[in-house]
Amino acid sequence: MTGLVRTLKAMPTLLRVGVAETVAYRAEFLVWVLTTTQPLIMMSLMTFITRSRPFANYDASQFVAYYLATLIVRQLTGNWTAWQMMDEVRLGTLAMRLLRPIHPFFAYIAQQAAAIPFRAVIALPLAIILLVTSSGATLPHAGYQIALMPVSVALAWLVSFAVMFALGTLAFFMTQAMGVGNIYFGMFSLFSGYLLPLDLMPRVIAVMADYLPFKSMMFIPLQLITRPQSLESCLHLLATQAAWFVGSWLFAFFAWNRGIKRFESVGT
Amino acid sequence: MTKYLRLFRVQLGISVAQAMAYRANFLLEGVFGIANALLTLLPLIVVYAKADEFNNWTYPDALVVMAYFQALRAILEGVISPSLVDLVQNIRNGSFDYVLLKPVDAQMLVSAARYEPWKIFDLLFAIGLAVYAFMLRGYPPSVPDVVFGLALLASGAVAMYGLWIICAALAFWVGRLDNLMFLLGSIFDTARWPVAVFPGIWRLFFTFVIPVAVMTTFPAMAILGRLEPRQAVGTLVGAIALLAVSRVVWRAALRSYTSASS
Repeated sequence: MTGLVRTLKAMPTLLRVGVAETVAYRAEFLVWVLTTTQPLIMMSLMTFITRSRPFANYDASQFVAYYLATLIVRQLTGNWTAWQMMDEVRLGTLAMRLLRPIHPFFAYIAQQAAAIPFRAVIALPLAIILLVTSSGATLPHAGYQIALMPVSVALAWLVSFAVMFALGTLAFFMTQAMGVGNIYFGMFSLFSGYLLPLDLMPRVIAVMADYLPFKSMMFIPLQLITRPQSLESCLHLLATQAAWFVGSWLFAFFAWNRGIKRFESVGT
Repeated sequence: MTKYLRLFRVQLGISVAQAMAYRANFLLEGVFGIANALLTLLPLIVVYAKADEFNNWTYPDALVVMAYFQALRAILEGVISPSLVDLVQNIRNGSFDYVLLKPVDAQMLVSAARYEPWKIFDLLFAIGLAVYAFMLRGYPPSVPDVVFGLALLASGAVAMYGLWIICAALAFWVGRLDNLMFLLGSIFDTARWPVAVFPGIWRLFFTFVIPVAVMTTFPAMAILGRLEPRQAVGTLVGAIALLAVSRVVWRAALRSYTSASS
């Protein structure tokens, strides 16, 4: 319990450090932001394809709304913890983190959380464009659904972080974790709805997506943002995310505890 | 010239020897590569499941573009990218000094400094994909078209190399830009689609500003026998121009190298 109190006490400082780091490497941060161009490319592709006839149950304006929402969620929830961890394990600098009296999980999470305000600055204009271009006609209006959108994005952030952290622990088990990183991104693109809406995917992929965490990281918040839902189905979607939140956090700690025993701290 | 060929061979030999020291890893990387290639293919399959053609591009034709994309990505990730990542790192920590001291052209030396030999699996996958696409089309390409298509594949690789060298040369001025390579990579990702399926303004952007169309769509059109002579000339001139520009940028960048350590 003292560990938890200590972590909570340290959080404000960790967050300040995170903000300072983001500001210090602002050019780098901006380039990272620009690398998320894929939804824009898919948007122009799909709207061009649908200009004469709708594609399954999506027309051009729905694709625009879908991919703008994808950009917003990606901006707000994206993080690169796994790549950082892989580097730190490979170079041995992780040893420095282990000396500190705070679990690295929380040190990393503070760092990523500190970037949220900067990410929000980018997401906000996108949200406005989304509202203007789709004229708001097809977007959800119900008060309860609008209120639940931030909750869903927050849950997506929490699941994303745990999944990235678990991915980072792979570096303990194998030297070439980066190759897995590519596969991971491919799977994420496919099963989260990042590339194409899951309801357009072949049935087998849609079914598999139900058993993977990626849906909670992207497609569920997208459904809340772009499609009107009944209160019951909103709560059902959030419950799914909450379950994945608990599961992914437990798994992240489990993977860390297994992996850290193998850490040999190269070069120190 | 033979000196450089010998140099490339030695560098390749070292990389292969290193890769073969970790055989399990070599095969594992190969498996990852194939899995990744299959994942790259899926969106195309999904989109074409709903319609037979988009803007005059049928499914088999689009598969040929995809094959070109996978082949170029294999070249990029197998040769160009690892070498240039090393270069950026060397510039940052000052060990680029040692490159300059050697009695060969620095650009030649760094351009093929490190290979990732397991990308050969990706290349084989790309060839298989092209063969499959032509089986779907029902008839093989003519011999001149194959020769022409391969020539333009080479020119596509040259264009890509030029673009990446320009990007890497920026490291001489700004120091840190590992993620600029990522950005370029994510733009290159659009090359998997025939450029004709994009709306007009993007088509211009991908043909003239960041010429990914020159790298995959036009060479694919060549092997499909639907490239107009005008476009062929444009593709070749474009690739050579990019190479020339990259050389100029490289030399300008080299002049402002100040060495990090001394």
